[in-house]
Amino acid sequence: MSQTGAPAVFSPWTDPEAKPLIRFRGVTKRFGDFTAIDNLTLDIYEREFYALLGPSGCGKTTMMRMLAGFESPTEGVIELSGQDIAPVPPNKRAVNMMFQSYALFPHLSVYDNIAFGLRREGRGKDQVHGRVQEMLRLTRLERFAARKPHQISGGQRQRVALARSLAKAPKLLLLDEPLGALDRKLREETQFELMDIQEKTGTTFVIVTHDQEEAMTVASRIAVMDEGRVIQVATPAEIYEAPNSVYVADFIGDVNIIEGRVTPGEGAVSIDWAEGEPPIRAVTDAQLAPGQSCHFAIRPEKVTIDRERPDRPNAFQGKVIDIAYLGNISTYHVRLSGGQMVKAQMVNARRLANRPITWEDEVWVGFSETAGVVLER
Amino acid sequence: MRRFSWFNATSLTLGFAFLYLPMLILVIYSFNESQLVTVWAGFSTKWYGELMRNEAFLDAAWVTLRVAVISSTIATILGTLAAYVLIRAGRFAGRTLFSGMIYAPLVMPEVITGLSLLLLFIGIGLDRGIVTIILAHTTFAMCYVSVVVSSRLVSFDRSLEEAALDLGCTPFEAFRLVTLPIIAPAVISGWLLAFTLSLDDLVIASFTAGPSATTLPIKIFSAVRLGVSPEINALSTIMIGIVTVGVITFSLISKSQAVRREAEERAAERPA
Repeated sequence: MSQTGAPAVFSPWTDPEAKPLIRFRGVTKRFGDFTAIDNLTLDIYEREFYALLGPSGCGKTTMMRMLAGFESPTEGVIELSGQDIAPVPPNKRAVNMMFQSYALFPHLSVYDNIAFGLRREGRGKDQVHGRVQEMLRLTRLERFAARKPHQISGGQRQRVALARSLAKAPKLLLLDEPLGALDRKLREETQFELMDIQEKTGTTFVIVTHDQEEAMTVASRIAVMDEGRVIQVATPAEIYEAPNSVYVADFIGDVNIIEGRVTPGEGAVSIDWAEGEPPIRAVTDAQLAPGQSCHFAIRPEKVTIDRERPDRPNAFQGKVIDIAYLGNISTYHVRLSGGQMVKAQMVNARRLANRPITWEDEVWVGFSETAGVVLER
Repeated sequence: MRRFSWFNATSLTLGFAFLYLPMLILVIYSFNESQLVTVWAGFSTKWYGELMRNEAFLDAAWVTLRVAVISSTIATILGTLAAYVLIRAGRFAGRTLFSGMIYAPLVMPEVITGLSLLLLFIGIGLDRGIVTIILAHTTFAMCYVSVVVSSRLVSFDRSLEEAALDLGCTPFEAFRLVTLPIIAPAVISGWLLAFTLSLDDLVIASFTAGPSATTLPIKIFSAVRLGVSPEINALSTIMIGIVTVGVITFSLISKSQAVRREAEERAAERPA
């Protein structure tokens, strides 16, 4: 508790005292010869909104299905509140899942779908009714209670699925690509709704997604996965600004990756990356040996583009090859003298007609010493 | 509208004539006054009255109905379970063999099925009668039911069952509360198919029926061997009538359901 009374930032993973709600300890899952999850160890804390992000086939859905109880680990232990959950069948777990296809029962009304889990618990009629009404209010579905799933729209179905999985007040809610079937606009609205509901109910959410924007928007922490391994677990900002590998940097957002060799120096390192070009100067904590090969990763929005040589620690000359105009921003593809392509992004603060830089222009790209990250792998 | 060519008109007429002319003649002659089947002697419904007084026919009809209801019900239960296990159990050793064995009786000549059942009943000392007919009909109808139900289960979204388990159902509850209501139309079709097959089966019933119980097809068949009577025509007309009404009702119900569902789906996509 903070003594000044200011709201403490939610980050139980930095607190050594905090007990994780879920612990994966050395979990491996194999299907025949195929290893879906490879020796995975991670902690998820209470009230977290935890995103598993990765391309399809990276094992994220398998992890979720192991939490729900539809698969059991080949090796290792999964603990929920300190208890090994391997012997607990899915219907006895305090875990509920929202399915990718929503899996609404087509023969039951919206009301009965939401009441389904509560009735299995053998609760009284009034209690069930009260809870269902509460869920209908939470998801703004009161008017659709009597409808069947095929009589409502996609967005409404998605909310029914959410209400149904939340009705039993699970300790942990699993969301498997929950917004995949919605169009972009509806998806964005729903993301904020999800966050809102997660805050209101205080449930721990684990979301599986391949959409990096979605993970960035909703999650308190993101686990980036690839081929059954977790590559990095961190907050969205850390993942974006301080990726630990080329894979993560490349997977999340747009990035320029420049390969080179390191010369350690005072405060900053120099990276030789092309014949006849000055080295890139970058500040890094990484301990690098002289001559070690590395990758320098920098986001396009951190690269400026000018007609004159800018007064910045790193400035390189090049020619504009392509301009992607996206309305609010423009991305310039610049070929440097060394042949390397670099993307620079500018906010279109001025209107189109006033833009000074166009195709085939000779320009300078520049960035500061701290704008990019030096990656060993 | 496309023009209706002579070729189309002719083939349509020929096709329907081929299918329905024999039945039409049967229906017409069932209202024949004359005792002679092929001589028209004016309109009458007297053979229907005769039929209602014929104890033997009524008994046989009653046996047939009971056999059909009971055997198709048992066949539906067994066939559904078999289909469920084969689709859900995943890959186990001998799965292909098992599913092949379920479908084999479909292509087995009925004479062989009937004969083998007859030998079995004699072997275990079961007296032939209504019980043996029910057992025999259950045996061969079960594979039809299992074919119908498993074709529905193949397209069944497995995550619905997982959702039920996730919400606290035991596997049996998940089947009873979620799977069964959803596949119910297929199960009902399976039952109807089994019912129809049992109603008109002659071969297997004649192997397994005993002196104590005879089904209607056997009765008709043996009556016809002594000469076609207008009574049989009347009986057949009634059966055609029942089947026609049944088929039309069933298709009307399913069509109106499909229309309603489509309208509801369109309404759902509009912002409420």
